[in-house]
Amino acid sequence: MGGSRRPKFLVLGIVASVAALAVMFSLAMLLGAKEISLRELWLVLAGGGGSDDTIAMLREIRYPRETAAVLVGAALAVAGAIMQGLTRNPLADPGLLGLTAGANAALALAVAVLPGLNYFGITLVCFAGAALGMFLVLGIGALKKGGLSPFRIVLAGSAVSAFLYAVADGIGLLFKTSKDMTMWTSGGLIGTTWGQVQALGPVIAGSLLAAAALSRPLTILSLNEEAAVGLGLRTATVKTILYILIILLAGAAVALVGNMAFVGLMIPHMVRARFGTDYRAVIPMSAVWGATFMLLADTLGRTMYAPFETPVVAIIAVLGLPFFLFVVRKGVKSLS
Amino acid sequence: MNRAARVHNPTAVFAIMLLVLVATVAASLCIGSGALSLDRLFATLSGHGTSKENLVLFSIRMPRLAVTLLAGMALALSGAILQSLTRNDLADPGVIGINAGAGAAISAFFLFFPFDPQTFAYALPLVAFGGALATAFLLYLFSYSRATGLQPVKLVLVGVGFALALSGLMIVLISSADYRKVDFIAKWLAGNIWGTDWPFVWALLPWLVVLLPYTLYKSSALNLLAMDETVAVGTGVSVNRDRLLLLGVAVALAAAAVSVTGGIAFVGLMAPHIAKAIVGRRHQSSVPLAMLMGGWLLLLADTVGRNLVEPAGIPAGIMVALIGGPYFLYLLLKKSP
Repeated sequence: MGGSRRPKFLVLGIVASVAALAVMFSLAMLLGAKEISLRELWLVLAGGGGSDDTIAMLREIRYPRETAAVLVGAALAVAGAIMQGLTRNPLADPGLLGLTAGANAALALAVAVLPGLNYFGITLVCFAGAALGMFLVLGIGALKKGGLSPFRIVLAGSAVSAFLYAVADGIGLLFKTSKDMTMWTSGGLIGTTWGQVQALGPVIAGSLLAAAALSRPLTILSLNEEAAVGLGLRTATVKTILYILIILLAGAAVALVGNMAFVGLMIPHMVRARFGTDYRAVIPMSAVWGATFMLLADTLGRTMYAPFETPVVAIIAVLGLPFFLFVVRKGVKSLS
Repeated sequence: MNRAARVHNPTAVFAIMLLVLVATVAASLCIGSGALSLDRLFATLSGHGTSKENLVLFSIRMPRLAVTLLAGMALALSGAILQSLTRNDLADPGVIGINAGAGAAISAFFLFFPFDPQTFAYALPLVAFGGALATAFLLYLFSYSRATGLQPVKLVLVGVGFALALSGLMIVLISSADYRKVDFIAKWLAGNIWGTDWPFVWALLPWLVVLLPYTLYKSSALNLLAMDETVAVGTGVSVNRDRLLLLGVAVALAAAAVSVTGGIAFVGLMAPHIAKAIVGRRHQSSVPLAMLMGGWLLLLADTVGRNLVEPAGIPAGIMVALIGGPYFLYLLLKKSP
């Protein structure tokens, strides 16, 4: 369907998406508890002179924060896109299938047991947790002969998530580390520093590039596994790498912002509606749209009740529901 | 699989369940910061306690125990009705988002009224009922299609989405308010039993006193509704009317319970299910047993959670989720076609 779109429209769509991302990024930098002028913004982005408080504030607080929003949005959207392609489940999403809950539980354990762990260690723990959560859910799905239906996989995901969140909360209360945990998980992007962005940026960027490189085999896999084998694809290798990419992307996102559902679900579906089902377009465009959406949600969260913040997780949950319902309603015909 | 052979005599099961419940109640009253020994418990109950013992027992532990028991019963009853109406073993007021709907309504209520749960103890169940009813209506709307009727799996799935989004809405609503309210909502979401004073008991009790007999009275209708739509119609049940009424009852019970306990899922899932496994699917015996089981489960979860960590304890909702999550998975694997 979408593959037949004329190249002119494709190019136009890509240009418009990138432009929207740039505009949104500038808006996110401009709006907030403290208003700033365009000139000051330019000074910050250009890295030129200026040393007054506003510019310092922008450079040390808003700039890293919005950069993180871009990274996280892109990571979650692409992770969702890969998951949906691999599992052929239109409802796949790192938040719904237990990855974020797993990373969260691992994080809780790490904060409680190894309080001195540095940022790098925390990140590794998040990756391990995300992997655990995903394997729990997909493993439970595989226990059933013939596999669980896509809908039931989501239910299994919600049960595993409920369990893992309870474990995380319990650990937090037992070790009296709930406060530190809250800082990580529901803080969203508050207080994101350059250190964090520098630690996780390369991981996310590298994974995104790898995902883009594997987008052709992913397209074939998403259509039909036998066809992929027939075309000479080493499916096992490709699938393993793709699963590792999902874990890296989702784990890094949790390490940066905490729990986040629905982004990975929504964005790839929107992208497919506009750019078709070829993952060579879906992956890069999901990254761009995910980043734009995350910036939008974070800016809303900062400005809605300024100077107080509304957790961005909550905003995304509310925005995501209509979308979730739409996918459930549409998908029920072919996938129940 | 021969189900009938494994069904136990309801009377014996009830006797055992009551004994277990009484033992748990006694343990729950004794254990805690400022422990009472068993003989001091009886002395205090018969009016011979010191003033400190009286305070601990009558003002702190008894109301909490009563609220926990009643809430557990209400949740179990609600779950039992929902499971039969939707013919779905995975239905539970928490899992399908009805609890979150009640919570969102309570958050909105506190946004416009001064934050004082004590004063509003009696209004809270009503507010929660409004929110829960609206959510149930939306759930029905989104999971019902004219071609296929009400699809059980889809209902649960839509509910999971609603539960996520409404919890988010609660946070959005409340983050515009002051920090005490934010703290309250965080605890609510974790399923912390917070309404631990006598007014909350009196606010919760009437709902159960009215709705339990009604449910039992409707047991035979439930038996038929749980089987098959055509059977129910054939035997003269006015399907649509009874289904709507019973749905309303289930929503009201869940709303009343969560308005004082916070978001507790899985009790309404586990209790009816265990009850059905023990005494069979006849609602005349499974519903009362499910209720006892629900009260007991929540009381156990709260007693263990309360004493696990000093001083605040672990919310009952978390304890229940630790047991309920795996149980849900077990059901999902066993029951899926």
